[in-house]
Amino acid sequence: MRRILPHPGLTAMLLLIWLLMLNSFSMGGLVLGGIFAVLVPIYTAAFWPDRPGMRWRLPLLLFLLLVVRDIIVANFHVARLILFRRNRDLRPSWLAIPLDLHSAEAITLLAGTISLTPGTVSADISTDGRHLLVHALDVADPAAEIAHIKARYERRLMEIFR
Amino acid sequence: MSGGMIIADVVISGLLLLGGAFALIGSWGLAKLPSLMSRLHGPTKATTLGVGSCLIASMVYFPAYGHAWTAHELLITLFLFITAPISANLIAKAYLHGCRTEPDENAPAAEGMPVAPPHDADWATFGRDEELEEMILGETGDASPERRS
Repeated sequence: MRRILPHPGLTAMLLLIWLLMLNSFSMGGLVLGGIFAVLVPIYTAAFWPDRPGMRWRLPLLLFLLLVVRDIIVANFHVARLILFRRNRDLRPSWLAIPLDLHSAEAITLLAGTISLTPGTVSADISTDGRHLLVHALDVADPAAEIAHIKARYERRLMEIFR
Repeated sequence: MSGGMIIADVVISGLLLLGGAFALIGSWGLAKLPSLMSRLHGPTKATTLGVGSCLIASMVYFPAYGHAWTAHELLITLFLFITAPISANLIAKAYLHGCRTEPDENAPAAEGMPVAPPHDADWATFGRDEELEEMILGETGDASPERRS
């Protein structure tokens, strides 16, 4: 089973996306989508060596809702910064966020979340995988911003990946 | 014109205006902000709320005018949310490389090089850690020697 379906979640997701792209249900579409959904995970299995256990339950849903809400709020905040703040009053800063997450997938999700919420862009990871480099457009107190990101996103991701 | 259609029209127009406004503000930020790293914050706005509102407007428009509902808007959102952080990340990495190879003395401190992380590590753009590669890539990491340079 592991050989044919190395990543069942990915297979299900690819098939779902394929059917949504076709936008109509047909037997031909299902068969072709099914073939791709089985072949793609087999050929990309080498990129996913440890497949951390994700809990596809309430915590993940709550995390996604929180991120969507934060994206909307932060958009208005950054729009205000762009329109009404003079450039020399901006306080851009690099933040090195110490990571408690260990799996590559979890760190990728955290970095993506940080980039999508406007005002912060994740730039790099340290070679030992213990710090994430983030650029922030305007921060008054870097230490407080780091604590905020860790408490708001990383703690929830640790509940999802374990 | 029924009451439902008027409500749908108002919602669609509002969402389109909101999306357009955010795309405009994002582009204005791209032109106005002082340095490459702060400019990078402009495009992330346009893709999230700007494009998001236009897509929701499209999802309301087609069913309201009797066309078939499509899931394509959801897929566009998904693909944008996957690709936007990656392109921003690559631009940031290119900037870091530029900072190290051609340091700009005039750049403000916060926009120049970030300080190196603790514990003798370096940022991954500049250095490699065999232990971490092994942890992330496992044994498959050694399968393609041409990727190691």
